[in-house]
Amino acid sequence: MDRRRREPTAAQTQVFQVGCRTNLKTCRTAGPFALSLASPRLLTNPTMYSCVSTAARTARVPGLVRRAASTWANVKMGPPDPILGVTEAFKADSNPKKMNLGVGAYRDDAGKPYVLSCVRKAEQIMADKHLDKEYLGITGLPEFTKAAARLAYGDESEVLGEKRVAITQSISGTGALRIGGEFLNRWYPHAKRIYLPTPSWGNHTPIFRDSGLEVHGYRYFDKSTNGLDIEGLLADLKAAPERSIILLHACAHNPTGVDPTPEQWKAIHEAIDGKGHYAFFDMAYQGFASGDPQKDAFALRHFASEGSIAGEGRLCLAQSFAKNIGLYGERVGTFSIVGADAEEAKRVESQLKILVRPMYSNPPMNGARIVSTVLNTPELHAEWRDEVKLMADRIISMRAALQNHLVHDFNSKLNWEHITSQIGMFCYTGLKPEEVDRLKSEFAVYLTRDGRISIAGISSGNVKYLAEAMHKVTKDRA
Amino acid sequence: MTLDTTHFDAVPLAPPDVIFHLTASYKADTHAQKVNVGVGAYRDDNGHPWVLPVVRKAEQLIVNNHALDHEYLPIEGLASFTSAASRLILGKDSPALNENRAIAVQTISGTGAVRLGADFLARFRGTQTKVLLSNPTWANHKAIFNDAGFKDVADYAYYHPATRGLDLEGMLRDLRAAPEGSIVVLHACAHNPTGVDPTPAQWNTIADVMIAKKHFAFFDCAYQGFASGDLDRDATAVRYFATRTELFVAQSFAKNFGLYNERTGALTVVTKSPETAQAVKSQLAKLSRAAISNPPAFGARIVSTVLNDAALYAEWVENLKTMSGRIQLMRTKLFDALQKLGTPGSWQHILDQIGMFTFTGLNAAQSQAMGTKFHIYMTNNGRISMAGLTSSNVEYFAKSLDWIVRNVQ
Repeated sequence: MDRRRREPTAAQTQVFQVGCRTNLKTCRTAGPFALSLASPRLLTNPTMYSCVSTAARTARVPGLVRRAASTWANVKMGPPDPILGVTEAFKADSNPKKMNLGVGAYRDDAGKPYVLSCVRKAEQIMADKHLDKEYLGITGLPEFTKAAARLAYGDESEVLGEKRVAITQSISGTGALRIGGEFLNRWYPHAKRIYLPTPSWGNHTPIFRDSGLEVHGYRYFDKSTNGLDIEGLLADLKAAPERSIILLHACAHNPTGVDPTPEQWKAIHEAIDGKGHYAFFDMAYQGFASGDPQKDAFALRHFASEGSIAGEGRLCLAQSFAKNIGLYGERVGTFSIVGADAEEAKRVESQLKILVRPMYSNPPMNGARIVSTVLNTPELHAEWRDEVKLMADRIISMRAALQNHLVHDFNSKLNWEHITSQIGMFCYTGLKPEEVDRLKSEFAVYLTRDGRISIAGISSGNVKYLAEAMHKVTKDRA
Repeated sequence: MTLDTTHFDAVPLAPPDVIFHLTASYKADTHAQKVNVGVGAYRDDNGHPWVLPVVRKAEQLIVNNHALDHEYLPIEGLASFTSAASRLILGKDSPALNENRAIAVQTISGTGAVRLGADFLARFRGTQTKVLLSNPTWANHKAIFNDAGFKDVADYAYYHPATRGLDLEGMLRDLRAAPEGSIVVLHACAHNPTGVDPTPAQWNTIADVMIAKKHFAFFDCAYQGFASGDLDRDATAVRYFATRTELFVAQSFAKNFGLYNERTGALTVVTKSPETAQAVKSQLAKLSRAAISNPPAFGARIVSTVLNDAALYAEWVENLKTMSGRIQLMRTKLFDALQKLGTPGSWQHILDQIGMFTFTGLNAAQSQAMGTKFHIYMTNNGRISMAGLTSSNVEYFAKSLDWIVRNVQ
């Protein structure tokens, strides 16, 4: 191969200009510019190559050949999404034993997506009605938002009874979080600062930053115990300036699976109450954590009924139906704010509409209609309760099986208790980045580099394989 | 420590959204001859919403296909939908598409596409960049660009009240006067609210000025197929610009597929190179991930099913002609009725204006009086949605309009 450095062609230079980090499969620039393993980050995703870093090292471009500049010359190639990137890499792998423990979407014991039976029935009912497709109002389908509010806050909820809750349908949980972030940025009369648990769902930070809020953290996960750092959490809440906005995962914390106990929730409530903080709940797993939607709503309902938080209305909620009714791609959710009184709820609702209209005008019907049909039809509601329990139970049994294999079949000397004490779809295994890399390269087991696994990706057919793989990459730990 | 009694006491009660409020008032009215010419949603000749037969077909296919699940779409949306959408607006022979210089991201209908484009422009062009909207324009345009953070959102002349047509001179003057590199929102066809569209020759001239001033073309296309009844003809302006410059086009499938509440749309982008297109796509995806994570599947599946099947596509074209044909018929009937009544003034613009809306020329007082006196609900700017007229109410409407013109200043 001719190793003389060649002058870059115009096309190659253009690639250099744009700062492209294109996937090798789609990059049309050949030659030395297409190959570089310079960046350590790329080791986790071997299909990505850095055109720029090679060009920077090997090219001495005498004068950049400039084509007529695009309006977008300053637009750099965005990084791949870390969570969704796992699935990309998984798909590209041909190993028959491969496992995808990346995205948190439920899978049945055959590893397949599960469309709930109550959903199929609701869809048939809807199809038979031949409904029209007229626009929903800005805040969405009223039968849906009412039922969703009752599910979250409880049928006996005082704040609902007193009409203190302003609610809008949203584009699933993400849309709800964004509406909340934007609303607080616009109307919260104190510092526009939100505190997230450390760690939190990866998308929380971009959502709140793009909303204009400053993002800070409070201690949450204790690496030494793989459990909750309650002392650190309470200390950080007390240290935060008065009237800060605090994001709380209502149940089944993502990514750690570590939830406070009811007693710990009461202490958290006291700290937030006492400092005049504002509580922003994110509830994406109601029903999914314990199998019982009522139980999973304990924290939210406690906050909505106790202390000045409830009394003054310092509470809002982002609610998702992606996982618990399996409607991921239909984007069904709500955002609600508890106001000081009914009059405030009306004012707040009017401003939510003003905020939402320039975002997307009004929300999509299909998913909301499905959820409304399920929740408002007694037999379907009962069937849903059974199915969500079934999903939660399968998760719980996979946790038990994984732990059991690790401890009893492979005699791992490490402490794997957290696998069964953690709750919900995710488990923070405690695996180190290097161990995660080995799981991928040696065993074709794909997960995010923070060591988070989606239990939903485990089935009775592969749980032992996973245990073996996890044991092998950890047994030589000092 | 004393705490505020409430955090939101400074939050004022906002006025209700004009259009939705209008519809609510109409619904509450019990008068037998009430007419709603407010919202721009198509109605059949009985005044009922019309779900396109081809859409019902596609829907049944989807609901009955148990191999389909409800998994997340990719952040950029359903690929078979976005590729068909950009092909629809740019044309199957589009050089931009064939050279991989065009991309599309699925959005929450047209509004979501305009907002995503605005958020991108705010981030990569800067919020100090001037944004120019037609005078008048769809009411939500200003709010979208304001909320995206733009500090300087202004008008360009567009509608000429005297002629009830295009004020091309004024438009070009304003485009020339604006700072270089401004963002200009253009209606691809069937201008909302006026129904006044430039001719191809006029688009040519507009493009010359835009390019000389290095302005960025942001097309809003909510009515492709609905304006003339011909999908290619309605795409002329966008396709012409695509031969000369980079652009955004926000696409809505609310009206042309009658999929209003399923929020199906796309932002199609034409750039100068494949690398740029990919970079822009990745940044749009990043913005979208922090707003909605990924778009809703149902409506996109319907549109994809239809656009990607020859027989269904042909059926859709027929359904489109049904809708645009009825609109055209109502224009003719209204014009004829006014001629017969000898209503003062020229009503030629009813025939000349294009798409769902007509800018009647009524002022605010007259528009309001149509409601209070005749139970005819229209927006204060004199705009009427032709879809709200039927063969059974067009005479009543004409008579009411005639009375108002003669008696209300």
